Amino acid sequence: MARSDVQLMLDVKAGDEQSFTLLLHRYRSPLVNFLYRMVRNREQAEDLAQEVFLRVYRARENYVPSAKFTTWLFRIATNLALNSVRDTRYQRMEISLDAPVTVDAEEGEEKTLDIAEKHQNIEQHLVEETRKKMIRHAIEKLPEKQRAAVLLHKYQELDYGEIAKILQCSESALKSLLFRAYETLRVELAPLVAQQGKS
Amino acid sequence: MENKILGYVDGRLRENERLEVEKHLAGCAACCLRVNEFRAVSGLLEELPMIEPTAAFDLRVRARVAAEPVKQSWWAWLIPAPRVTIAALVLMLATIWVGTASKNQPQIAQEDIPVLENYDVLSNFEPLTELPQPVQADDGGQQQSPQM
Repeated sequence: MARSDVQLMLDVKAGDEQSFTLLLHRYRSPLVNFLYRMVRNREQAEDLAQEVFLRVYRARENYVPSAKFTTWLFRIATNLALNSVRDTRYQRMEISLDAPVTVDAEEGEEKTLDIAEKHQNIEQHLVEETRKKMIRHAIEKLPEKQRAAVLLHKYQELDYGEIAKILQCSESALKSLLFRAYETLRVELAPLVAQQGKS
Repeated sequence: MENKILGYVDGRLRENERLEVEKHLAGCAACCLRVNEFRAVSGLLEELPMIEPTAAFDLRVRARVAAEPVKQSWWAWLIPAPRVTIAALVLMLATIWVGTASKNQPQIAQEDIPVLENYDVLSNFEPLTELPQPVQADDGGQQQSPQM
């Protein structure tokens, strides 16, 4: 039977390095994905995810299982992501004003994968690419806290109580935050939403 | 209703809340439309692919963890210097032994000290040693009164 996150963390606290590796394997992908969708830069997302694991490791001696491990983990990740987004906002604005739009890491990767699928219709491929780009940009345009709430809710499937603790707000404030975020997404993605409604 | 629509779309409401929302939706076209639109948004968000961490990710984390300074306990510095440890231990035991041994010596009471100091002074005070010996009383211990 697999050990729980809390048990693994308590084992790390007791000096078991192998348990830390298990936690790393369990959460590296969710963390990198969450951070990537927060900061929109793969390299930076991986750096931040490394920092999260390092902070978990550093805090092992003082670890007390007072909350769910995921709450603690994603709280560290969210704080790092929000700080990073705020730090790089000005830099991003400068880049977006000066530089032409380029294909980012994820898009590039998808393109590589899609090129391998040579049988796919080019037109359909372009439609799908445009669709994904719209969704990505709609998420990116959300204010940071709303974006974090949507990502934790939709992709990490954390419950409202957990997300509220991560974002340090009440559950009702979180529900309101999520409602506003979905309202924005509904408007931003209106053409796609209409298509979804028809299909 | 605003705070419950998303929970309803995701199926995260309690049974009584779900029934309450459904009752409302039965008579509210605007909220019905909103529910359908939120379902569409939720479906669109699922279309984004997941990315995998690079192969170097684990290695980098391990390298950073390995580079962390090892925290030692308060007395851990003793371990790499066993000679110092033994010397300190011997010194400590010797101190305890000396302290215990000195406690076993006969003690002089505090109130005796002034008397003993006076005894030393008086025993070496020459005018006192030259004084004639006191006269022994003959009549049953009665002393002679001086003649005026």
